[in-house]
Amino acid sequence: MGRYWRTLRRFWGTALATQLEYQLNVVVELLAVVLSLGGSLLLLSLFFGPGRELGGWNWNQALIVQGFYTVFDGMTTAWLRPNLGAIVTYVREGTLDFVLLKPIDSQFWVSLRTFAPAGLSEVVLGLGLAGWGAHQSGVVLTPPLLVAVLLMLMVAAVILYSLWFLIAATSIWFVKTWNATEVLRAVLASGRYPLEAYPASLRLLFTLVVPVAFLTTVPAEVLLGRASLPLLALGFVLAGGFFAAARGFWLFALRHYTSASS
Amino acid sequence: MITVERLSKTYRVADKQPGLAGTLRHFLRRRQRDVFAVRDVSFEIAPGEMVGFLGANGAGKTTTLKMLCGLIYPSSGQVLVAGHQPQRRHPDFLRRITLVMGQKQQLIWDLPPMDSLRVNAAVYGIPDRVASRRIAELSDLLELGEELTRPVRKLSLGQRMKAELLAALLHEPEVLFLDEPTLGLDVNAQMRVRQFLADYNRRTGATVLLTSHYMADITALCPRVLLIHQGQLFHDGALDRLASRLAPERHVRLELKEPAPAEAFTGLGRLDSLENCEVNLRVEPSSLTRVLAEVLERFEVRDLEVNDPPIDQLIGELFRQGSL
Ligand SMILES: Nc1ncnc2c1ncn2[C@@H]1O[C@H](COP(=O)(O)OP(=O)(O)O)[C@@H](O)[C@H]1O
Ligand SMILES: [Mg+2]
Repeated sequence: MGRYWRTLRRFWGTALATQLEYQLNVVVELLAVVLSLGGSLLLLSLFFGPGRELGGWNWNQALIVQGFYTVFDGMTTAWLRPNLGAIVTYVREGTLDFVLLKPIDSQFWVSLRTFAPAGLSEVVLGLGLAGWGAHQSGVVLTPPLLVAVLLMLMVAAVILYSLWFLIAATSIWFVKTWNATEVLRAVLASGRYPLEAYPASLRLLFTLVVPVAFLTTVPAEVLLGRASLPLLALGFVLAGGFFAAARGFWLFALRHYTSASS
Repeated sequence: MITVERLSKTYRVADKQPGLAGTLRHFLRRRQRDVFAVRDVSFEIAPGEMVGFLGANGAGKTTTLKMLCGLIYPSSGQVLVAGHQPQRRHPDFLRRITLVMGQKQQLIWDLPPMDSLRVNAAVYGIPDRVASRRIAELSDLLELGEELTRPVRKLSLGQRMKAELLAALLHEPEVLFLDEPTLGLDVNAQMRVRQFLADYNRRTGATVLLTSHYMADITALCPRVLLIHQGQLFHDGALDRLASRLAPERHVRLELKEPAPAEAFTGLGRLDSLENCEVNLRVEPSSLTRVLAEVLERFEVRDLEVNDPPIDQLIGELFRQGSL
């Protein structure tokens, strides 16, 4: 375990060093993040005038959903895209061979190899936005509530990671998986609005097939103190199931790779 | 240290025509073809041995090496390396081997090699103090200095390969698999890498299996040679025996001052081609000096060259003659 921890620190240390080679990029990306969040909020304000509601959510509550969406978008930028997006490159350039020859778990390696600090600003902004929305909605953040929200965010993170990983792992067969991750990204973008803002048929799709609702709407409901216990339990089960699926699929993909790679 | 018994690898490849029509046709009627990359290869390598693995492009060298590392599963046959079945990729096995590939690199492109080395140290669980000592020793042997702190993209191909070697050897593996480590290097860098490998083998007693399609790599390093052709083991033994078996003839190229008829070359080996003043002959090594002396006596020679044919060509010829 200590070895994995030390490796992770080295991974991210080298990642930071690479980013510092391109300092200007960091500034530009920060600017892009602020602009895009501003755009999203403007769009959101068109749906929700002051005092108006949408599917039982008012403006302040919708801000929480938007905030959590921003957190996960930041997580995607900081963690998922740089790592899982690189699996294609490992396969195409054959450097996955080097990963497989290291005495360390290959999923650990490809999932955590690097890190893009630019995405962190989005995470912080998103948390701030959710906090602001909660404050305006009159939420009192007690320690048990905080723990519950953090747990739900972790469940959401595991689901998001597993979805990304499942798609990225298909690049062992199809070197052009990039399009698939774009589709995933588009579907996830639906998570920026509360689930109830969508027609019932789409709602079902989002909750069951691609559990987008668990990324943003459910944590927001927990924060507002109105999530039901069975829903939370379902979240844990889903997270566990998706993670197991991602793990199993990776091992299956590696078996294929080792029988036919070049 | 390495035991290989009747090892075979068959790749199944789809016979697909290019374009949309081809894709559709392939979808309707899957046509597959078997590529027999490695066929029934057996050999044993003792600890500390340095063995050259020689063969033309596409002979099956990389495929064999990958099976020995556990990167691909054999279709049939048995492999045992350092007491392990490679395809299980047991951590203990992985700590005892290393793979260097001339056309792929593990060093991070945008960072100095030192950063990649520190990542490797953590992955293999090597304490920092030990890692620093090993890096110092190895970079001494490899004549690497400040290059280790320069981004990899700013290194020459030779420097990069030496840094790759360092990264691959940091965990002191007992078995080294090297797939064309001198590929694309200039003659000087090739020699440096060879020298290092010979030193390393002598100092540490590591077992080395080295593939190359440069004959010179193998002559310089490996007393024992495995020659593979179209997936089959053709020769296993001393190099001189192989060389005399493979290269019985020297190529002699002449440029004459005046054109001469073909009859003029009787008794001077085999006439390969004759074009005005340019003449190509093939001569048995035993009669080479006699032939050269006679040539110089009979003709007025402007230029003369004696070559060993390249290994690819030799092996190809050998098999065309059907001497297997
Ligand atoms: N992944 C693969 N799929 C299909 N055929 C392959 C694959 N890898 C190698 N081959 C074929 O197997 C044969 C041996 O290849 P290889 O082991 O790379 O040869 P070498 O390293 O000696 O040049 C070649 O005919 C090559 O085309
Ligand atoms: Mg090869």
